[in-house]
Order: sequence, then C-alpha cells, then structure tokens
Amino acid sequence: MEWILPKGASTFAGDIDFLYYLILVITGIAFIVVEVGILWFAIRYRARPGRRARYTHGSLRAEVIWTAIPAVTVVALGIMSGGVWNDIKGRNSVPAEALPYRVMARQFEWHVTHPGPDGALDTPDDFTIRNQLHIPVGRPVVVHLGAEDVIHSFFVPAFRVKQDAVPGMHIRVWFEATEVGAFELACAELCGLGHYRMGAMVTVHEANEFSEWTVNQAAARTTATPGVTP
Amino acid sequence: MTTAAADAHELSFVRKYIFSTDHKIIGIQFLLMSLVFLFVGGLLAMLVRWQQGFPNEPIPGGGVLPETMAPGGILLPEFYNSLVTMHGTFMVFFAIMPLLVGVFGNYLIPLKIGAPDMAFPRLNMWSFWIAVPAGTLMLAGFFVEGGHAAAGWTSYAPLSAVSEYSGVSAGQKIWLLSIAILGLSSILGATNYITTVVNLRAPGMTWFRLPLSIWALFITAILVLLAIPILSGAAIMLFFDQTLGTHFFDATGGGQPLLWQHLFWYFGHPEVYILILPAMGMVSDIIANGSRKPVFGYHSMVYAIIAIAFLGWIVWGHHMFQSGMNPTLGTGFMISTLLIAVPSAIKVFNWMGTMWEGNLRFHVPMLHGIAFVTMFVIGGLSGIFMASTPVDIYIHDTYFIVAHIHYVLFGGSLFAIFGAVTFWYPKMFGRLMNPFWGKVHWALTFVFFNCTFFPMHTLGVYGHMRRIYDPTQYEFLKPLMGLNKFITISALLLFASQIIFVVNFVWGWFWGAKAGNNPWEDNGLEWTLPSPPAHGNFATVPIVHHGPYEFSAPGVTEDYLPQNHPPLQVGAGKEGR
Repeated sequence: MEWILPKGASTFAGDIDFLYYLILVITGIAFIVVEVGILWFAIRYRARPGRRARYTHGSLRAEVIWTAIPAVTVVALGIMSGGVWNDIKGRNSVPAEALPYRVMARQFEWHVTHPGPDGALDTPDDFTIRNQLHIPVGRPVVVHLGAEDVIHSFFVPAFRVKQDAVPGMHIRVWFEATEVGAFELACAELCGLGHYRMGAMVTVHEANEFSEWTVNQAAARTTATPGVTP
Repeated sequence: MTTAAADAHELSFVRKYIFSTDHKIIGIQFLLMSLVFLFVGGLLAMLVRWQQGFPNEPIPGGGVLPETMAPGGILLPEFYNSLVTMHGTFMVFFAIMPLLVGVFGNYLIPLKIGAPDMAFPRLNMWSFWIAVPAGTLMLAGFFVEGGHAAAGWTSYAPLSAVSEYSGVSAGQKIWLLSIAILGLSSILGATNYITTVVNLRAPGMTWFRLPLSIWALFITAILVLLAIPILSGAAIMLFFDQTLGTHFFDATGGGQPLLWQHLFWYFGHPEVYILILPAMGMVSDIIANGSRKPVFGYHSMVYAIIAIAFLGWIVWGHHMFQSGMNPTLGTGFMISTLLIAVPSAIKVFNWMGTMWEGNLRFHVPMLHGIAFVTMFVIGGLSGIFMASTPVDIYIHDTYFIVAHIHYVLFGGSLFAIFGAVTFWYPKMFGRLMNPFWGKVHWALTFVFFNCTFFPMHTLGVYGHMRRIYDPTQYEFLKPLMGLNKFITISALLLFASQIIFVVNFVWGWFWGAKAGNNPWEDNGLEWTLPSPPAHGNFATVPIVHHGPYEFSAPGVTEDYLPQNHPPLQVGAGKEGR
C-alpha cells in the first residue's frame, strides 16, 4: 500500500503535504496502539478453564487520560490546519499581483479565458480556449470560477487545488505553480453522464516563453470566442 | 398484559405474521426486507466495481441487461451513474438504516426494557408497511424511461433538479417520492421508540441500568425524529423544482444550489450517526458478553453516545469545505468535526478496557464485535485526514472518502449487524446459526473486506476521483489500473462470501440447533424468556435489580447475573451500576 503523495507542483503543496504526513504519523500511532492492543488482549485473555474475568466497572483516571490526550491532539491539529486553510482558501488570501483567469465550467468542458498580454481580464486582448489553461511558473494566478449548468469541481492534483464551480456563484481560487510542465485538470464533482471525461490540461510555461506564447495567441485570436460569457 | 399472550393463539395468519402489531414480528419483517435490499445494494456495487476494474469490457453474463443499461454487456455511462447513485441509496436508506433501527430498535427495545410491546403497536405496523411501498417504488425506478436517478445518493442540485442536465426525468422524481415516503416510516418508528423507552421501562429499569444498545437506539431515535423531517422537506422542495417550476435550488431562477447541500447534510450528518450509534450500542452488549466482564466505563459510554449525537448536529459543513461555502465557516466546522474524535476515542478505549483482563469467548458475535472495533478505528482515523480542511482540499471527492465511508459503514455498521443478527437470531427464531460456518463467513468477510477497501486509500492518495465511469480517461490514473483490478477481484470474492451467511441464515431457521432461553449466558431481560418469546413478551412484569453487565460478579457462582435476578447479599457485588 502506498501512502506517499505524488509530487506536488505548487507553492502550498508542501504545507498540505506536511499536514497530511503529520496526520499520517499521529493516526498511525493510534492505529498501532489500538490494533496491537486488541490483538494482544485477544491472545492474552482468551477463555481458559478455571479463569474468571476481573470484575471492574472502569477507572476514572483512565477515562480522563484517554479523553484528554485525543482532545489536546485534535485541537492542536485544528489550529495548525486553520492557519494553512486561511493562507490557501481564505477570502483575503489571494495575492494582489495574481494573474487573473476566468474559467467557466459546463457539461462537459472547461472554457478558460486568458488575460492576454495586458495581464487583465475583460480587455480586448483576452482570449478563450477550451480545455486548456496556460500559466507562467513562479507567479500566482487567480481563477475566477463559474459554472453554467450544474456543479463541477476544478481539481488539479499536482497543485493540490480543488474548488467546486457553482452556478450562480463567483468563486476565486488561487495557486502558484513551481514547476514547468503539463498537468492534468479533472472535474471532481459528479456532473452528469460525461463527468468522467471532463478533463483538461494545465500547461506551465517559463516566464519568457509564457509572454511570447500569450502575444502569439492574442494575435491569432483578435477577438474573444463568442458564446462564453462571464 | 397477560391476556395479550392468550390472544396470540386466536389471531389469524394474516394478523399474526403479515399485518402484525407484535414488535418482534415487525422486527423480523424489517430484517427480511432489509437483507433483500442489502443484497440488491451489493449486486449494484459489483457492477460498479466491474466497470472500475475492467472498463469497457463486457460483464460476464451481462448480456441479460437491456440495451438501455448495458448494450453487449458493456455498461453505459448513464447507467453507471445510476448504479453509483442507487448503490448508495439502497445501502444507506434501505439496508443499513432499517437493519439497525427498524430491526433491532423494534426487536430489542421492548424485550430489553421489560415491556409487553411498543407504546403504539399499530403505528409500528404502519411503520413497516409504509417502508415496503417506498422500497418497491425505489426498485421500480430502474424500469422507467430514462433510467433511474443518476445524481448521486446525495442528489446534488441542479443536476438532480433539471432533467436536461442529468438526462433522467422520471427516475429522479421517483427517488424523491420514495425517500419522502420512507421518511414517514422512520418518523413513525422514532416516535414509537422514544415513547416506549421513556414510559414503558419495567420497575427497577432506571436510566443507568439500560443496556448500551437501548441507550444508543434511544438517542438514535431522537436523531431520526429531528433529522428525517429536514430531508423530507428538502426532498419535497426539490420535487417542486422538478415538477412545478419552482427554483429553490436552481440559480437560473434565483435559487441557490448550496441550499440543497446545507439541507441535505444538515440531515445527512446526523444520519451518519444514525447509521453507527446503534451498531456501537449492540457491539458494547456483545463485547461485554464475550469478555464476561462489565462494560468498562459504562457512564462514559453513555455520555459519549450523547456527545456524538450532539456534535453530529454542528459538523455538516465538513461535507462542503470545497463547495464554495464561506471559508471561515470551514474552520469552525473543522474544529467541531475534529472534536468528534474525542467521544469516538473514548468508546474505542472503553471497548479495549472491557476486553482487558476478561475471559474472552470467541463466539461468532464476539468475532464480529472485535472486527467492528478494529475496522471502526480505521474509519475513524481516516476521518481526521478529511476533517483537516487543507488536506481535504486534496482528498475531497476522491477514493479516500470512499474508503473512509466503507470502513465506517461496512467495517463498522455491517460487521456489527452480522454480529447482532447472529447474537439475537436464537431469540428470534429459537434456533442457532451454525457456529463453524459463521466463523468461516466472518474470516472470509474480514479478509476480503480489507483487500477491497484498504487499497482505496491509496487510490485516493493518488488523487483518483470517485464516481468516474472510466478511470483510463486520465493519464495520472492509468498506473492505478492494476490496483483497481485487485480491488474488483477482492470485491467479487467479498460478495461471494456472503452466500455463506445467506445459507447459514436460512438453514438455521429450519435445522439449526435448538437454542434454549439463554444460549450466550447473557444478563438481558430478553434471555429470561423462551425463544422465541410469546406475543406480549413477559407473563409477569419483570422487576429489575441489576445493571446490564454484571458478568463475573463476586459472590455469584456463574459468571453472569440476569438483570431480574433477586438482589445479592449486602456487600457481595457492586449494585446499581
């Protein structure tokens, strides 16, 4: 059984992975204590002729100990998780300089509006591509996420990003890629019969290469693809 | 009360076994009904697993399925979505919930508290006979045009609300109607259980002499009474969205899709505890019996049940961390969710404490009880991963969640159900199930259960999404196909192992060894009665003198002490626990 997470490729992947491994260690210890304990008791205290069970109704001290230890552990875990959560998903966590994108999800494809060379949305140099998201490495990007029909979920496993796209809601999700390459984007929320094939590709470019690519794309598509509205 | 027993002889077959008002017969009726649905749910899971392990290969013998489901034996994606939806629906609403609440709530409450029957026997009869048409309707959904509901057992709007989105019209409506009808059955049952426990306890059966199974069923009944109306109300609203053109959950008309999720999970999380608390209670009874020891920390166990039930109301948002709900709410829901680990840990440690220095008898119910504890621990611990909001970003909607829910509901609830059925079977039918085949069934189920569900954690760790028809569509999932095949083969063997249980169940009914009154040497009031007990249960009202778990008490020759046994000499044994 594999418990090692696949390699992360975003700035906060490390924080999420750290929490994951921390919980893995804590739960691993609890798991071993309980399972080995039960197995040991099952062997040690099996019924034998002439034996009689110890007559006891419990121990207050034991109850206090095994109430306090889990309570302290989970509260500490909660506080640590709360900080990381705020940094990733908090309403004020989106970096001001993040490059904006608009992603409209609909059965069963992703319509990705890129900001174009000026780095801003809702300007004439925007362009929209189906099922492809191109971003620069080492720069935060913010996706303005919407859905036209049903709920979808924007999931890039390598970036440890997942956010539902909900009709009638405008949700911002940000991330910063740390590696150049191609990464799969999947829909993670059951959205109908084509849900299983609602995939897309995220391409992470070097900064220079990205500027060049953006200029070329904007020139090739002088106007935004019609039919895709925010 | 004594006349009720005499009346039993005059009842016609129909009044005695079909439209019966006897809680014991109704319990057995629920048992047979929910075992049928357990089988149906399992069968659907096999089809799901086939597609995951062997995508786009024809199912052996799948040619019998109609063209609209699986042309040439290959499942269609729309039918796959129905399978996933209906597997969850049947297992949650028509198998596990009635098995725990319908069967054991009915059968055990009056017997264990020393009552002649439920407070409202006729209401009880209706509770069963409302569940039957609900289940029949739910089955009928497979045969309507457009296929059965396909929006997941959680029925998220607007996929479930607008038929153009799901491609399913009648099926989605049938699903809601059936759920609303079943809800009525649950509400009637819960009202009955609460009233019965509060009012019909025998003299001396104080609250802290109640067996933990009854405590758990009582608290569960309160959860059912408060949670089910929310689901029914939400289902009716969604039904109006589908049929009358309202837009409660549809953003195109100003509705809010997240409202459905809030309503569903406000019901849905207490529902999770409805599906586990009775199992915990019955396992406590069984482990004390198998260990020949009083339950360790009885009072903590009661308070833990109450704490879990209370916390269960303020954690629903943990199903919605990635839904677009305000992220600040996420932190609050994370803390309340993590806190549930505390009463859960208390319960686990107390079960271990019960086994500690016991004199363990490994009868079949005890084996299932131990399996329950060891598997529930895994389900509980894996819950901590998804409770942590940042980790949940990654594992939400992956197979990690699928593994978690099956460790709780199969590893937990279903093992407890196997144990409880075996334990109370002799009381129900007067005969024992075969212990050898019971152990074989236990061992095979334990092994194949773990082979099926443990590797799903790994799938989740690699980001494998749940509810996808064909995992080979994604490059990053292709290396996992070997594991998917292994899981599928294990699941098929797990399903096949259940044949042993079915045969043992049917065989025991006719040819099992005669049980006698008290085959497990237990203390509960039900074991002082003949097997099966007559209509009206107790010829004379029992007087309760002891707590439910006075095993191996000093001053008693046997290692058990029935609850209605006259008081011991002063100083011998600890009373009133």
